[in-house]
Amino acid sequence: MKRIAWGPVAKLVAVVAVLYALNALLPRLLNPYILRVVMLCGISVILAVSLNLINGFTGQFSIGHAGFMAIGAYSSATFSLQAGANWVRALEAAGTPTGIAQGAVLLAGLLLGGTVAAIAGYLVGLPSLRLRGDYLAIVTLGFGEIIRVLITNIDAVGAARGLPGIPAWTNVFWVGLVVVGVTVFSFHLARSTHGRALFAIRDDEVAAEALGVPTTSYKVLAFIIGSFFAGVAGALFAHYNAYLHPNSFTFLKSIEIIAMVVLGGMGSISGAILAAVILTLLPEVLRFAQELRMVLYSLMLIVLMITRPQGLLGAKEISLRWFTRTRPARAAR
Amino acid sequence: MSEFFQQLVNGITWGSVYALIALGYTMVYGILRLINFAHGDVYMLGAFFGYFVARALGATQEPGLLGALLVLLAAMAGCGAVGFVIERFAYKPVRRSSRLAALITAIGVSLLLENGGILVFGADPKFFPQIIPSRNLSLGGGVTISNQQIIILSVSLVLMVGLRFIVLHTRVGKAMRAVSYNHTAAALMGISVDRIVTFTFVLGSVLAAAAGVLVGLQNPKIEPLMGIMPGLKAFVAAVLGGIGNIPGAVLGGLVMGITEVMVVGYLSPSYRDAIAFVLLIIILLVRPAGLLGKYSAEKV
Repeated sequence: MKRIAWGPVAKLVAVVAVLYALNALLPRLLNPYILRVVMLCGISVILAVSLNLINGFTGQFSIGHAGFMAIGAYSSATFSLQAGANWVRALEAAGTPTGIAQGAVLLAGLLLGGTVAAIAGYLVGLPSLRLRGDYLAIVTLGFGEIIRVLITNIDAVGAARGLPGIPAWTNVFWVGLVVVGVTVFSFHLARSTHGRALFAIRDDEVAAEALGVPTTSYKVLAFIIGSFFAGVAGALFAHYNAYLHPNSFTFLKSIEIIAMVVLGGMGSISGAILAAVILTLLPEVLRFAQELRMVLYSLMLIVLMITRPQGLLGAKEISLRWFTRTRPARAAR
Repeated sequence: MSEFFQQLVNGITWGSVYALIALGYTMVYGILRLINFAHGDVYMLGAFFGYFVARALGATQEPGLLGALLVLLAAMAGCGAVGFVIERFAYKPVRRSSRLAALITAIGVSLLLENGGILVFGADPKFFPQIIPSRNLSLGGGVTISNQQIIILSVSLVLMVGLRFIVLHTRVGKAMRAVSYNHTAAALMGISVDRIVTFTFVLGSVLAAAAGVLVGLQNPKIEPLMGIMPGLKAFVAAVLGGIGNIPGAVLGGLVMGITEVMVVGYLSPSYRDAIAFVLLIIILLVRPAGLLGKYSAEKV
């Protein structure tokens, strides 16, 4: 009989316990403003890490990530408004505790949002069969804009008025869980055969193809996974803000996410996380400067790119070894 | 039928503005392989420079062609200087880094110009002074054209012919073409690549400034964020025609302008911003190098 591997299960239980504790503690310890910034940082991290799978790992330049986020946000919000809220009531009537009922329905909404976004990612990934480099970038940019214009014209989701009244079910627990999920997934992917194939495509597509890597299906796969998590992030955002507006998903939002990936260092997961936190905090920290805020933000972006064009971490990852050893040990020959 | 021709006239006018902006994108891309996201904001600055010069000259009191020409030239000179500064202090330091780093820098510059514009000019829209009073001329068959449209068309035409002359018949134009073909080889032939790149940026910015002033003539409302959408669409126009290709940018601009005006006229104004991108995706799927672009096989 095969033994059950308890390691991953124990880790999962530990993560859930820690997040559960944080979920209970953070709202008490932090004031609402700081808590909001923390939540937005979490959502940014999910977006940056998911885009890193497409841009950083596979080298496919996508500037339409806000479009996938919008798809996830709007589809999950529509689901919650049409069906989810009733399901929660039904579950509560059946005796389920409110938190669990909401969490279960939110989870369904997140998966739905992610799946719809992943389907869109598949459709956008298909042109990457034909297009390379900048042209692909432009198609993704166009896709993001088309999505936004379509949403602005669909009356059922509020069109240009925005979509109010989405149940605010997102809490520290769910954001934390997805952050951990996407990060762990990325690290495992990076060390797997599939991850190596993605890196090979990024480094030299022709050579990768010559070595027998099915480049097309891997590129599409990267798009599907990346857009799935972007959709989940969008769904979290929708259920956090309780209100959606097409203007939250402009070309500028995509650019912001790209800036996180590039600033962190292409392909570096911890870099993407660090940069996502920095770029989300920066406008908040700069609030003291009032009107100068966005000017300083853009100046800092330029200066950072000039001084560290390879990104904050380059292709490296933050690791505990940095702190335990003064000098990295040479590998034995 | 007359409505169709009327829309066509409006479309060509609007398209020639796109073409002027697209030229800057395509030249910079041709030489540096950089999508200069700040270009749309240079166009915005052009409109604002025109606005301030026109007010300083008192062109509102006595409108006329001479004053308008002065406003146009001043705005072009101002934006040329801005283009020079941007290239020198933001793009040059990252030229040797990865293209993505350069792209993010361009985005940073774009945000800087927009937010700097809000800070300096204020976020509220300004009204471009009427430096040339509007008059409608009949073209027969119920189709009219305003004198402003004539000015937009003729100024664009003059600038495009001028650009074509510079690129094809001057030494600096020859150097531009050489640099866009191959940086190293051009440098080995004694061409100062840095100077050519700077020149290209200044040239593109001058054209964008002209576009800004011309738009100010027709749609007088100007504000610091006005450059984002036209910039994006002009870029799409450049890709449509085949990026890096100068006649392609003009063709792409015209196709874009006409399509947009037709969609607004016959379908729905709310799809105006989407049609540009739908058009783009169709063209890229059918002809990935753009209408006039040559598809070059990747060298290994």
